Amino acid sequence: MSELRQSRACTREWLVEQVALRLAPAAARTWLQQRRDEVVARPELLGEIFPAVARHVGRDRLDDSWTVDEAARAMLLAVLATTLTAEDLSTTLAAVYHYGDAAEKRAVLRALAVEEVAIALGARAVPLLADAIRTNDQRLLAAALGPYATAHLDDAAFRQAVLKCVFTGVPLTLVDGLPERADAELGRMMTDFAAERTAAGRPVPDDIQSYLVAEGNQNGLVADDNQSYRQES
Amino acid sequence: MRIFDPHIHMTSRTTDDYAAMRAHGVRALVEPAFWLGQPRTNVGSFTDYFDSLIGWEPFRASQFGIRHHCTIALNPKEANDPRCRGVLEVLPRYLAKDGVVAVGEVGYDSMTPEEDEVFAAQLELAQRFELPVLVHTPHRDKAIGTARTLDVVRESGLDPAMVVVDHLNEVTVGAVADSGCWLGFSIYPDTKMDPDRMVAILTEHGTERVLVNSAADWGKSDPLRTYATGQAMLAAGFTDDDVDQVLWRNPVAFYGQSGRLVLEDDSEVAETFEGNSILRGARAS
Repeated sequence: MSELRQSRACTREWLVEQVALRLAPAAARTWLQQRRDEVVARPELLGEIFPAVARHVGRDRLDDSWTVDEAARAMLLAVLATTLTAEDLSTTLAAVYHYGDAAEKRAVLRALAVEEVAIALGARAVPLLADAIRTNDQRLLAAALGPYATAHLDDAAFRQAVLKCVFTGVPLTLVDGLPERADAELGRMMTDFAAERTAAGRPVPDDIQSYLVAEGNQNGLVADDNQSYRQES
Repeated sequence: MRIFDPHIHMTSRTTDDYAAMRAHGVRALVEPAFWLGQPRTNVGSFTDYFDSLIGWEPFRASQFGIRHHCTIALNPKEANDPRCRGVLEVLPRYLAKDGVVAVGEVGYDSMTPEEDEVFAAQLELAQRFELPVLVHTPHRDKAIGTARTLDVVRESGLDPAMVVVDHLNEVTVGAVADSGCWLGFSIYPDTKMDPDRMVAILTEHGTERVLVNSAADWGKSDPLRTYATGQAMLAAGFTDDDVDQVLWRNPVAFYGQSGRLVLEDDSEVAETFEGNSILRGARAS
């Protein structure tokens, strides 16, 4: 089974093209085009359009990172990134996120991988990441840890988010900021986690092995093969 | 026995309940928005609750292989509190959601003018969003409340096939059967209906347009009353197919009218993250 990848940074143009290319049924394409024109003209309509997207465009895989509904929703937000002020864009994203179901929230988080969206927002969407990371829903946690989180989460928040992935079972291959942002403190946290698991007679997840710190070497990572995390996909 | 519980308040139940329900054949359910015992005093309390019905609770259910859908509405009891009236304004956002398969619970509690207004407004929303309606009937003055409910539904112009009138009993079943609306029955340990009385009603009225639910919530109730009713039906001579119609095909047909029911035979997807199994070690809790 092919592994789902974290959405890498992409441009609005790429996303618009991919959706146009992959969205096969003509009716779905027309529906999305009309809704896109509508939200550009009247952004306040997004509240009812955004939830309805998946029923009209479907939920198939678009590539190894996006599903069609996620990409279509992210595209609507990406289009708004070029027509709204940064402040209005931030308010709009926060509203669709806060009123969203899990699929809608994931799409908002994934839209943060679109360069135009990320640049327009600056750090304004960090509270959305914090919300997603606070939940116990692995799908939201994973969607939150894309390139925007790599750029904007402070060290303490990033480490806690990674540890929560380990704790709740999100594969670390889905964390965009690893292994680059792994530091000594994260190594210590992973090592303590592994010790607690071992003491309890429970298994230690394989994908944290390379982050564990050897006894007597609390200053650095033992692993020298972190790149392997990047290459798995 | 495969069971679709068309009315159960899982927010109030434990993971043990989810596990026992799945073990007894419950594969799907609908959780209607209702009151929580403790009255709410502002719109934000409702949106947090609605968010739980479309987010957290389906996630919890999925970990036990159960499909969770919900209905959304301002319930009749809290419709009487002016501080909660603003809920009507946020309903369109929620009625557009994938997991929302009906407007409900609406209807009457004390039959006040406020309840009249909120009931009518939500029947209009159901038409606008092309959703079925789950109507609660009052616990007190039930026969009059049910008759008035049927009048309001008739005047709204809604197709009665899009409406289930719930919490019926021997006294109210006849009028609802005549109206063309679906018949809902809540099977409780002590109050409302019990499995044997339910079997008697099924024997008299047949299995068409009948929905049987546990309506389990924060009060004394039992999420396995649907299963108990299936067993009572079999003991009384109903066939497996009759039981399947009442406990599975009827609720699927009723809520399926929303076009939003997702029931493909992939209950194992629940254990996976977008097609990939990721649950390991600690379960989210």
